[in-house]
Amino acid sequence: MSYVIEGQTGLWEIVVGLEVHAQVISHSKLFSGASTTFGGDPNTQVSLVDAAFPGMLPVINHTCVAQAIRTGLGLNAQINLTSRFDRKNYFYADLPQGYQISQFEHPIVGTGTISIELANGETRSIGITRLHLEQDAGKLLHDQDPTKSFVDLNRAGVALMEIVSEPDIRAPEEAGAYLRKLRQILRYLGTCDGNMEEGSMRADVNVSVRKAGEPFRTRCEIKNVNSIRFVMQAIEAEAARQVEIWENGGTVDQETRLFDHTKGETRTMRSKEDAHDYRYFPDPDLLPLVLEQDWVDSLRAALPELPDAKRARFQQEYGITFYDAGVLVAEQAVADYYETVARGRDGKLAVSWVTGDLFAALNRTSNTIETSPVSAASLGKMLDLIADGTINGKIAKEVFEDMVETGEAPEAIVERKGLRQVTDTGAIDAAITSVLDKNADKLAEYRSGKDKLFGFFVGQVMKETKGKANPALVNEALQARLNG
Amino acid sequence: MSLDLATTRRIAKLARIGLEDAELEATTLKLNTILGWIDQLAEVNVDGVPPMVGTETEALRQREDVVTDGNCRDALLACAPETAGPFYTVPKVVE
Amino acid sequence: MLTGLTLTEARAGLAARTFSARELAKAHLDAIARLNPTLNAYITVLPEETVLAQADAADARYAAGTAGLMDGLPIGIKDLFCTKDVRTTAASAILAEFVPPYESTVTAKLLKEGAVFLGKTNLDEFAMGSANTSSAFGATTSPWRRTGEPDVALVPGGSSGGSSAAVAAGLALAATGTDTGGSIRQPAAYCGIVGLKPTYGRCSRWGVIAYASSLDQAGPMTRSVADAGLMLEAMAGFDERDSTSSSRPVPAFHKAVGKSVKGLKVGIPTEYRAPGLPEDVLAMWEQGIAWLREAGCEVVDVSLPHTRYGLTSYYIIAPAECSSNLARYDGIRFGKRVDAPSLDAVYEASRAAGFGAEVRSRILMGTYVLSAGYYDAYYLKAQKVRTLIRRDFEQAFENVDVLLTPTAPSAAFAQGENQNDPVQMYLNDIFTVPASLAGIPGLSVPVGLNNAGLPLGLQVLGRHFDEETVLSVGGALEAAAGFAHRPTLHAGAGA
Ligand SMILES: [Mg+2]
Ligand SMILES: [Zn+2]
Repeated sequence: MSYVIEGQTGLWEIVVGLEVHAQVISHSKLFSGASTTFGGDPNTQVSLVDAAFPGMLPVINHTCVAQAIRTGLGLNAQINLTSRFDRKNYFYADLPQGYQISQFEHPIVGTGTISIELANGETRSIGITRLHLEQDAGKLLHDQDPTKSFVDLNRAGVALMEIVSEPDIRAPEEAGAYLRKLRQILRYLGTCDGNMEEGSMRADVNVSVRKAGEPFRTRCEIKNVNSIRFVMQAIEAEAARQVEIWENGGTVDQETRLFDHTKGETRTMRSKEDAHDYRYFPDPDLLPLVLEQDWVDSLRAALPELPDAKRARFQQEYGITFYDAGVLVAEQAVADYYETVARGRDGKLAVSWVTGDLFAALNRTSNTIETSPVSAASLGKMLDLIADGTINGKIAKEVFEDMVETGEAPEAIVERKGLRQVTDTGAIDAAITSVLDKNADKLAEYRSGKDKLFGFFVGQVMKETKGKANPALVNEALQARLNG
Repeated sequence: MSLDLATTRRIAKLARIGLEDAELEATTLKLNTILGWIDQLAEVNVDGVPPMVGTETEALRQREDVVTDGNCRDALLACAPETAGPFYTVPKVVE
Repeated sequence: MLTGLTLTEARAGLAARTFSARELAKAHLDAIARLNPTLNAYITVLPEETVLAQADAADARYAAGTAGLMDGLPIGIKDLFCTKDVRTTAASAILAEFVPPYESTVTAKLLKEGAVFLGKTNLDEFAMGSANTSSAFGATTSPWRRTGEPDVALVPGGSSGGSSAAVAAGLALAATGTDTGGSIRQPAAYCGIVGLKPTYGRCSRWGVIAYASSLDQAGPMTRSVADAGLMLEAMAGFDERDSTSSSRPVPAFHKAVGKSVKGLKVGIPTEYRAPGLPEDVLAMWEQGIAWLREAGCEVVDVSLPHTRYGLTSYYIIAPAECSSNLARYDGIRFGKRVDAPSLDAVYEASRAAGFGAEVRSRILMGTYVLSAGYYDAYYLKAQKVRTLIRRDFEQAFENVDVLLTPTAPSAAFAQGENQNDPVQMYLNDIFTVPASLAGIPGLSVPVGLNNAGLPLGLQVLGRHFDEETVLSVGGALEAAAGFAHRPTLHAGAGA
């Protein structure tokens, strides 16, 4: 692996595993009927169950189970037909029950893999250890009062999928690629919106360092990192810290740390005497979760095409490069847009328009693919106009800019501005005559052997026709006139 | 197995029950009496026996994903010993 | 005497308009006013106007011919069931002021059938105990006295001791109880009434304050076996809000009583003939066996080899679950809070002040058996033994229809007795706990008095969801025993 830390005693490699908490897309919470909508008034999306009132009991949400299974299938993972819910016991102000309902010994999803692509084009496979369902905690606000923290339980009980990777990651870049790929898959599946700013995807990062060939050394867990960039920075900072400790003859303590992105360093979160003892045991309010194989099969059959498969198909079906296909499938909406444009048309031309002119226009106008002023259907229509010779490629640029501005259909713009391509050979001949008349000197030079001037004459004829002449016809007619 | 005072202290801390020293000792004694009796469980051979989880009378039922609950902040907060506006309050927590 | 009726008799009287629900309720309120100061069976008595308003509504339904199964019947509710807008304490200081904004499923069903609630009955704090001595609202005293010892206060049993005392003394026609390891059956036996713990999953646990979730089960405490069937019919049934609630239909339980038991096979577990079992208990058991034989049952010995480990497993599993179930009482969202400078200090102070000694020690025991390094040796082992105990019963029920055992190893003891040795106290549950672990139904029927004049009960155990056979056999015992004794203190006694 290319990422190494050069210490005084030699080279160190890093070993990273990620635990991602992904908020499940569902209307109601994992074990209660309260809403999961983001941004509600404090403590309005809280039921008696979420606030852990005496005698309240959990009942599991079918959709959350389905989402976990679908995600597991999307990660090529094993689906466990029998799983179980356990209580993880600890006291905290954001945890009303005094325990989190989670899955400890028997998760709903077992081992799987994610394949990631690195900047140098290399691909790597990162192992998934497990995925389990659990409850989210509430939120504490610390800045409202000098002596008190305020508690909002709106998020308490929302379903999370905890997706745990194997310690297969060997570089900050790989961690970034892993998170992007995971987020992409979750979004394709519609099981998590992947929005790290709103906290619907958060990562715990386990970092250790070692010399080549060594067994694993002690790891530290950096909790709740909320952006991909911070994850990468946190890994670098933590690995450097650990190398320094080892090289100075110290030992790294297994502990939980926090990443301070303003300082670019990690710091310890809980002291050792506070060491947690979670006393996991099966939740007696819930029975084992037993799945029907038929249901799992039907969920599998209904899965959308996932990024890797789509990318391969795009290459195959539309004859585009691996790189271009990767750009297109990065977001499902882009892939869908592309496919509407490319279907039944020139796939290569379509990719250059989508990733070139369209992306530039979206950028310039601060739009996303979802809010694009040019619909996929009208961009496709424009490609048809090029293909049937109504306009040429150059005019197409002008038409496209007009589409961005007005949102009008390409045919309408072509008519309104009279941009129809000139294919009348008489008109082209007239234009050639006019150009040759005006450039007698250049014509003489050409005739005396300056072949390169051919391009000049083509340009002048196109200009004479305001760009509307069919370039192939212009070429043909010029050849005849100059060399005939 | 038997408990020492330090273990009882650790357990009380885990359970968030503040015990006076005298009570800590009495509790240790009481728990040890019970644990001494419980040790008879060691006699039972449970090789190959699965643990009984719950009472295993039914399969876990799943609820439809519909919002049916919540929007009862006033009723919830009315039960709380201390609130501020729409929030529950606790002594300031430093993370 | 209106306070001495069975539910069945009272229903007939109400239907025939022999007396009104208002008269019936008033008679009970008067009895409570007279006797509750001595017995302390109720923690909260509902205001007279509230009770009478319920009764008047019942009278109106009788007049309209729309009366429900429990219509107009005044009952007590164990203070472990959350009742909307009525203080619900679990007999704990930590919930001393807790007024739930919701009604438990079981009490809601009883209200729907027209029952009139008199108040919330006393119990051991959070249902942890067998003597009703650990209540933060003071112990309940049994209405019974030993012959010649009028001044020795006895325990009513526990944890549903307020309910058993109230029913025995005429302070309610019936009451709800909950049973985790015997908390319905043992107090019923001590107070000379009928107590039924249904199959786990029969009654919803929603809104019942949890002690040990995998064991807790609500049930009726009544004056007759038929009443137990009637009241269970009103309490039982599927609840989508409880994941462990059974979806099986609720049979007409009251019809099971009076059915012939001829040809039924009754098992006598040999392991229950524990050494040291008192002579009077043994004799009563033999008597019960003889009665069932006379009624046409075939009596056979069966073996439940893991019986003696039931109690030990129970005292691991129940505390483990309670240590987690009671974590929610932290002084933040409801209940008692003791202010302190840090979050942890608030937790520790609130829970130290809010929980009594028995609850604290069970929480600590449960925390210990689940903690790192001890889980396998204690909790996991106990769960495996639980499997063996369940298998014992399943094997026995391949050959027999019911089992007959004593309900408790002794009659009621005096307040303060057995208090110093926790294990001695736990032994009260020895015959009731195994059925709780296995989740099977169990019924305690009063069958006679011991030499000291105190009631003794016999326990009938049945297959999962076969309460009907249990009730039939219980009915046969009841008919043979003809238990008509009244406690020293009761509403009908000259006052
Ligand atoms: Mg984690
Ligand atoms: Zn987690």
